[in-house]
Amino acid sequence: MNYAAVSLTSREEIEVHRFSWPVSFGIPILAIFIQVFFPLRLHFLSVFDLPLLVTIFFAVARRRPIPGMVTGALIGSLQDTWTSLPIGVNGIAKMIIGFLASSLGVKLDVDNPGSRFLMTFVFFLVHRVIYVVIVLWLVGGNEPFSWGHTMVAALANALLAVVLFAGLDKFKQRI
Amino acid sequence: MENFFSRYKNPLVLMAILFVQVVVLATQVKRPEGSTASAASGGTRLIRLWTINTMSPFERGFVSTSRFFRRNFHNYIDLHDVRKQNRELQDEVAQLKLEQVRLRVDADQAKRLQTLLGFTQHYVGQVVPAQVIGTSGAEQVHTIQIDRGSRNGGIKVDMPVITPDGIVGKIKDVQTFTSTVLLISDRESGAGVILQSSRLQGILRGSPQGELHVGDIMSDEKIDAGEEIVTSGGDRVYPKGLPVGTVIRVAPDRENDPFLSIKVKPAADLNSLEEVLVVTKITGDVPQTVAGASNLRAADILSERLPSVPKPDETKKTGGPAPKAPVPPGTGASTPHVSVGNVKAPASTPAKPAVAAIKNGTEGSTQQTLQKSQPPVKKTSAGGPAGTGGQTVSGNASGVSSPQTGAATVPPKPKSPVPPAKQAAPKAIPNAPNPGSTAGNPVASQSKPADTERPPR
Repeated sequence: MNYAAVSLTSREEIEVHRFSWPVSFGIPILAIFIQVFFPLRLHFLSVFDLPLLVTIFFAVARRRPIPGMVTGALIGSLQDTWTSLPIGVNGIAKMIIGFLASSLGVKLDVDNPGSRFLMTFVFFLVHRVIYVVIVLWLVGGNEPFSWGHTMVAALANALLAVVLFAGLDKFKQRI
Repeated sequence: MENFFSRYKNPLVLMAILFVQVVVLATQVKRPEGSTASAASGGTRLIRLWTINTMSPFERGFVSTSRFFRRNFHNYIDLHDVRKQNRELQDEVAQLKLEQVRLRVDADQAKRLQTLLGFTQHYVGQVVPAQVIGTSGAEQVHTIQIDRGSRNGGIKVDMPVITPDGIVGKIKDVQTFTSTVLLISDRESGAGVILQSSRLQGILRGSPQGELHVGDIMSDEKIDAGEEIVTSGGDRVYPKGLPVGTVIRVAPDRENDPFLSIKVKPAADLNSLEEVLVVTKITGDVPQTVAGASNLRAADILSERLPSVPKPDETKKTGGPAPKAPVPPGTGASTPHVSVGNVKAPASTPAKPAVAAIKNGTEGSTQQTLQKSQPPVKKTSAGGPAGTGGQTVSGNASGVSSPQTGAATVPPKPKSPVPPAKQAAPKAIPNAPNPGSTAGNPVASQSKPADTERPPR
C-alpha cells in the first residue's frame, strides 16, 4: 500500500520484461548502424536519435535503473566512437536518460502510446540539455542551442518512438 | 552501512559510472597543446578502431549490395533513352571541342605568363576513388566514413577529399580499411579560399548546423551573391583552384564587426555523397609551357592580344589623349597612354582581367610612382604611331608586369580560365623584374629606346 501512495500504478499493473541476448545486443547495434548509414541518402533522418530511443525503450521495459543506465552508457559510448567527439559525451547523456527512464518506468505506466509520446518528448529535451552542458562545460567545445530546432526534433523523435516502441514490444519477454 | 548501500544502490551506481565516464572524458580532453579536443589518442583510439573495424564490413556490404541492385535497375531504365541521349551528347561534344580550342589557347597563354612570373602551381597528382559507407550519426558532427584506409588506398591524415564538383573535406582519421573524412561543413574544418572574380582571400569554416561561411573579409569589400569560390592553396591541404561553392548571402559579421559573414553553398552536395576522390599526391611544379614559348617575352605574349594601334590621323582628330577607359578603380588607367616595351595601345582600352589580376599585386607602389613622377612627356617611338599623344614607358626585359600596362593596354576578355590570384601575385612576382622601379623613373624610361623601337605586331 505504501508503494501505491507514491505511484500512479499498482505493483500488479507494472510488468517487468526482459530481452534475449541477441535482442539486447542486436537492436542497439542495428540502431547505431541505421543512424550512421541512412543519413547518407536521406540527410533529414539525422534529426532522429535512434540510439536514444532504444535506450529509453530498454530502460522503461526492464524497469531496473542499473541495467537501464548501463545500457544507456554502452549505447552512448558506442555512438561516440563514430563521431569525432570525445568518447563519453553521448555515454554520460544516455546513461542519465537510461537511469531516469527506468526510474520513471517503475512509477508510471509507460506502455500506452500517449505516455510514450510525452515521455520521449521530455527525455529528448533533457538529453539535449545534458549533451550541451557536457560539451560546453566538460569538453570546452562550442555547441549552439536552438530551441526551435530542438523542439521540432523532440517532436519528430516522440512520434517515431510511438511507432518504434510498438514494434519493439514484440521482442519483450515477460518475467 | 550495508543498509545505506542497499538503500541508495541505484544512485551510487549512477555516480560511480558517471565518475568513470567523466574520467575517461577528461583523459581525452586534456592533451598537449596544438591538438584538438576531438582527436583520438591512446586507448580511446583503440576503442574507435575496434568499433569501426567491426561495423564497417557490414556497412560496406550493405552499400555494395544496394549499389548493385540500384545500378542494374538504372541500367535497364537508361536503355530506353540511350539513343536520344547519344545524339544530344554528340552535339555537346562538338560544342565542347570548339570551346576546348579556345580554352587551350587561353591556358597556354596563362601558363606562359605564370612561367615568366615564376609561379609554382600545385596540381592534383594522384587520386584514389572511395565509396562513402557511413556518416557520423550525429547532427552536430559532420564526418563521413569511406572504404579506403591505410592498407587498401595508402590514405594518410590531412589528405584532401574531393568530388568532380568540388572539395568535400580532408582525412581526419585513418584505419586499416576505412577512413574518417572531416567535411568542410564541420565546425572544426577550415580551408583557404579565394573569391573567383573579386580575388579576395578568406577562410572557409563550417558550423554546427553544417553551413559554410567565409570569414576574414573586410566589410567594405563588395561581394555579390552568386560569386564562385575556389581553393586558394594557402592552407597547404587543398590544391589551388578547386571549386568550393557559390556565395549565397553576404552580411556583416556580428561577432567580428569589421568583417563580413559570407554564406556559401557548397559545390559538392555534402548531404548525398556516394563516391569521393582522395587526393593522395599533389605535385608542385612551375607549369610547363609549350615549346619555344619560354623564349617569348611576356610583353610579346600580351601584344598578341592587343588591338591594332589607332592611326595617327584618328588620334589627331580627337585632339589629344583618348578618353578614359572604363576600368575598375585603382587600376592605374589614369595615365593617358602607357606603353611597355613594344606594347603600345591607347589607354582607352579596358583592362584584361587576367593581367589586371597580376597587376593588382603590384599596383600600389607602381601606380603611385607613375602618377607622381611621370610628367606627361610626349615621346614617339620609331615603331609607334607618331602624334598619338602617348607617353612611352619603356619596360625592362620582361616588362609585362607593369601594372599600368596591364590596365591600360590590354583589350577586354570575358573570362580568363586561369586567372592568377590577386594575393598570389606579390609572392610570385619577386622572381620577375620589378617594373615599378623602371616605370617610375622617367630617365630610365627614356634611356632605353631600343625597347620602344620594336615594331608593333
